[in-house]
Amino acid sequence: MLLAPSALRSNVVASSSTSCLQRNDWICGEYLTTRADLIASSALEHVVLTAVSVALGLAIALPLGVLAFRFRRVGAVVLGASTALYTIPSLAMFSLLLPFTGLSATTVVIGLVLYSLTILVRNVVAGLQGVPADVVESATGTGYGPVSLLLRVQLPLALPTILAGVRVATVSTVALVTVGAILGNGGLGDLIYSGLRTQFQAEVLTATVLVVALAVVADLFLLGLQRVVTPWTRAAR
Amino acid sequence: MDASRPVSAVSDVVDWFADPTHWEGPGGVPTRLLEHLGLSAAALGIACAIAVPLALWLGHVGRGGPLAVNLANTGRAVPTFAVLVLLAIGPLGFGPKSTITALVLFAVPPILTNGYVGMREVDRDVVEAAKGVGMSPWQVVRTVELPLAVPLLLNGIRLAAVQVIATATIAALVAGGGLGNIILLGFGTQDQAAVVAGALLVAAFALVTELVFVVLARVAGRRPSLAVAEP
Repeated sequence: MLLAPSALRSNVVASSSTSCLQRNDWICGEYLTTRADLIASSALEHVVLTAVSVALGLAIALPLGVLAFRFRRVGAVVLGASTALYTIPSLAMFSLLLPFTGLSATTVVIGLVLYSLTILVRNVVAGLQGVPADVVESATGTGYGPVSLLLRVQLPLALPTILAGVRVATVSTVALVTVGAILGNGGLGDLIYSGLRTQFQAEVLTATVLVVALAVVADLFLLGLQRVVTPWTRAAR
Repeated sequence: MDASRPVSAVSDVVDWFADPTHWEGPGGVPTRLLEHLGLSAAALGIACAIAVPLALWLGHVGRGGPLAVNLANTGRAVPTFAVLVLLAIGPLGFGPKSTITALVLFAVPPILTNGYVGMREVDRDVVEAAKGVGMSPWQVVRTVELPLAVPLLLNGIRLAAVQVIATATIAALVAGGGLGNIILLGFGTQDQAAVVAGALLVAAFALVTELVFVVLARVAGRRPSLAVAEP
């Protein structure tokens, strides 16, 4: 990526004759060069918001999923509650959290964690349920206690399903981060929001393309990770 | 905005709902609710008119499977907010035309995917038997495949409806209208009670819609699977 002294060149719109910025083109190389720093920092914020949210979501979803798997009643309550949470539109979710954490990245992350939980808990439960009963039986027979059974047999075998959930959660989180723009912490969504107010076409299109590209790259990265971590699933495909 | 007083915020929100001026005029709750309902219903109707016949046809002839199935996954990667903005500052302009177009774009994939899968999940032996007793292709669709595909098709429409309501909320940022406007106005005037009240209305609207579809699905004979769309 070209790095331009953006502070010096941000007045370029006014000075140069009919640049693509002046014409307000959808695709504008000059936008990329003059705003490189802003684009890069917004993209970085987008990646950090996504990574933190999904990581926290997974950290909460694993124990919650195990509980939901072990105890049927807990499972019904957890799955029902998370489905209801997922039904709440993102703009409303961020707004409902506003009184507690204010206009901050924390508010955005909490909202995104709640959404990712729905997908992740469901996949943790599905993964654990998918472990064959005879495998569990023979592991118990060879002396595995409940904890080592979970950590060394059930969770590893549930890993492909859990990682599939992480992929779905990540891709949807990348898209949802943009709504965080209402709180001023939407990563690339902030560029879309400012482009909306100034009807700056290149800014909106560039940010949109980057968000989709980010989702695709994250998905491919996690797919690669999935293959490295669970090599035994590759033969089955 | 004062973020340090969540406790008194509750009474502020109660006061907001008790204030009669919030229930009348063009910015009042009933008007905004009707706008939201109108936008959502129009978009869902158009999406159904496009996606239901297409899903039934593709499912019946067994073609376009990868497209129908992957469309929903692709749709998840595209931010609704971005599409709303792109359409509004693009040729369609600010207004209901670009909002409804964006809503339809996001409502079609779940209906198409679920409708297609529903049609394909119908036991092939049953379809062959129906053909064997001399049913026409249309009769096979109407009396055999469609009734069996209805639960999944309804599930797709439910996902689309929830998606449409969420996207219509965000549309307030772009083209105005709907319950999202109450939230947006609250942000604009730094009125936290209005933001939370608007958010509660939106959440309630979405949850009630979800419940309506759960009941519909129960009536149709099967609980919906718990697949998800972008909120």
